[in-house]
Amino acid sequence: MRHLVSVLVEDHPRVLTRITALFARRGFNIESLAVGKTHVSGLSRISIVVLGDDRTIEQVEKQLNKLVEVIKVTDHREPHVEREMALVKVHTEGVEDRLQIKEIVEAFRARAVDVARKSAVYEVTGSPGKIEGFIEGLEPYGVLEVMRSGAIAMSRGESVLKPRMKKEAV
Amino acid sequence: MNGAETILEALEREGVKHIFGVPGGANMPIYDAMYSRPGIKHFLMRHEQGAGHAAEGYAISSGRTGVAFATSGPGALNMVTSLADAMMDSVPLVAITGQVPRSAVGTDAFQESDVTGVTMPVTKHNYLLQDVEDIPRIIKEAFIIAANGRPGPVLIDVPKDVQLDEFSGSFDVEPRIPGFKPTTKGHPRQIQKALDALTGARKPVLLVGGGAQDASEALRRFAEKTGMPVITTLKGMGVLPGTHPQVIGMPGMHGTVTANLAIQQADLIMAVGMRFDDRITGNLQKFAPNVKTIIHVDIDPAEIGKVVEASVPIVGDAGWVMAQLAREAPQLQLEAWWEQIRAWQKENPLPEPRGDELTSIDVVRAFWQATQGQAYVSTGVGQHQMFAAIYWKTMLPRGFVTSGGLGTMGYGLPASIGVQVAHPDKTVINFDGDGSLQMTLQELATLVKYNLPVKVLVFNNGYLGMVRQWQDLFNDKRYAEIQLYESNPNFALLAEAFGMRGVVIEKKEQLKKAVDETLEHPGPVLVDLRIPKEEAVFPMIPAGGSADDIITQHPEEAGS
Ligand SMILES: Cc1ncc(C[n+]2csc(CCOP(=O)(O)OP(=O)(O)O)c2C)c(N)n1
Ligand SMILES: [Mg+2]
Repeated sequence: MRHLVSVLVEDHPRVLTRITALFARRGFNIESLAVGKTHVSGLSRISIVVLGDDRTIEQVEKQLNKLVEVIKVTDHREPHVEREMALVKVHTEGVEDRLQIKEIVEAFRARAVDVARKSAVYEVTGSPGKIEGFIEGLEPYGVLEVMRSGAIAMSRGESVLKPRMKKEAV
Repeated sequence: MNGAETILEALEREGVKHIFGVPGGANMPIYDAMYSRPGIKHFLMRHEQGAGHAAEGYAISSGRTGVAFATSGPGALNMVTSLADAMMDSVPLVAITGQVPRSAVGTDAFQESDVTGVTMPVTKHNYLLQDVEDIPRIIKEAFIIAANGRPGPVLIDVPKDVQLDEFSGSFDVEPRIPGFKPTTKGHPRQIQKALDALTGARKPVLLVGGGAQDASEALRRFAEKTGMPVITTLKGMGVLPGTHPQVIGMPGMHGTVTANLAIQQADLIMAVGMRFDDRITGNLQKFAPNVKTIIHVDIDPAEIGKVVEASVPIVGDAGWVMAQLAREAPQLQLEAWWEQIRAWQKENPLPEPRGDELTSIDVVRAFWQATQGQAYVSTGVGQHQMFAAIYWKTMLPRGFVTSGGLGTMGYGLPASIGVQVAHPDKTVINFDGDGSLQMTLQELATLVKYNLPVKVLVFNNGYLGMVRQWQDLFNDKRYAEIQLYESNPNFALLAEAFGMRGVVIEKKEQLKKAVDETLEHPGPVLVDLRIPKEEAVFPMIPAGGSADDIITQHPEEAGS
């Protein structure tokens, strides 16, 4: 099972190392990982896509919670928004190709962010599934390069991932 | 006041009285500051691994956080094993290591190593201290983290220039660890659930681990009120005195037959401060097949549900939770269950020594008889450790100091040093193996230096005995690379060379007198016990087996 876990952490050196080392050491499987600052100074937020059964995910949450610099962990089971961004560089020689590519780009609501003589870079945002669809659609024209940001997520509605009494589990 | 003095001042404010360590280039300012500070007593060890284990022995036997010092690079790396040991056995430790100056960090400077990187997986938390003004706060946090929640080691790596910087701040600072909020009070609803589940139990067992060492009194009340049989793990020994009529032994690989059968038959397991280690469960599929309810009390939520599914999880401090439970605990109707247990005990007594030879069992018993168990014990790792675990009835909480989770040979002697420092007026006995002792034996010099009257008992079987036992039973007697006897030192002479008393015991008849003389001697003593080479320790459940596979005597002796 694929799980999206959001982790609020103190923005300290090595905190990312602690998290990835924990995953490696305990044999948890990371599919993607994205990190960024939050609006609160000193706090960063990490989104991790983890593969594993319920028991593994329970351990992922509990083991993450044991890290001193981890403030809060949530496994997004509730209604949530999930987004990923990708930059895709495509070979675009030949007028016909360009037109067909344009159709795909429009269908996926992507946009060109760089256009050169023989290539173009497109930006696409959406669920990881949509991004995969976009890349697949471009495959026949020659995908030269792909950079994906990794999935990020946020709960819908009022619920907020913020520092709170944690580890009051069970 | 410079950074080094600030560190010592902050440690004193934490109540630190004793430190175990070794100086070197990168922590010399700290030692320089120590020179004029009588409030803290430092014990100079002969190896940083020893310093770490001594701090562990100190912490385990006293409940106070142990403190160890090492220099950068090789010094800190030498301590990695003890940190890992403390992590596995949840021992509160603060290690302070020197680091190369900040400007040199990352340049492969002399004696530089990435100590916070190396120790990340074997510490509860670690710090690279970058600013002299952070010293009071970080030391405060380190002691909070080490001792609260599930205890563990915390390392603070301090670059040498930070030790020399001038400190101008205050010691009156608040810790800043918003992510650290251990749950200590068990949830009342869960506690009620546990009480309800207990009421219906007909064959319950109480499994007690190292996490219950501070819960001794409440646990005893609970056990006596309910009448439940009590099984103490290797790390849980002494929580109830080993002679308590409800204690039926240790579970798992070298546990008593009765304890293992009781777990197999139990309808309810109440586990307190223990983590279902594989040396206890063996084959998980066959572990406790009749159990309907598992009540799991632990301060670390991650231990609950990690190995076995708990039907009633209770996250909280064992002492707090057990005190609640003891208040309301029902008296259970366990006559039939106890009848069964007493029958198992009768049918499966512990193996007795045969013949006239001096055996490990004789030695453990003789020292127990002479002290009535009123002694602190440390051990190495191997057969002698298991003989001690089985035959030494631990009477004191925190009285059995052994490397459980990591199984670190060489642990016994340095750990005994910490124990003796924490309990200067108590008898401290180190049950050691000839193999184990030789991994840290330089610490005999530390015993002599500080005249610590530890009794070092070397179970000298001339072998890496536990490995030999496995080879004997499971590898067709292919005795590969376990022979120590051709080149073992004369341990008694070696002890004399270090400047302490050394004694050899070869015969059973010599034992009684030697025990008395050893215990009466005011200084450290090493006793070289010439036990048979081929002893094996039973009962034994082979790795990955279950209680059905229990071996109670050597297959070649079976039926004889
Ligand atoms: C540091 C370390 N190395 C290796 C081992 C593996 N090991 C476990 S028991 C044992 C033999 C211990 O020999 P000894 O100390 O003489 O004890 P005995 O079993 O003979 O009583 C060994 C090598 C270990 N536990 N620790
Ligand atoms: Mg041996």
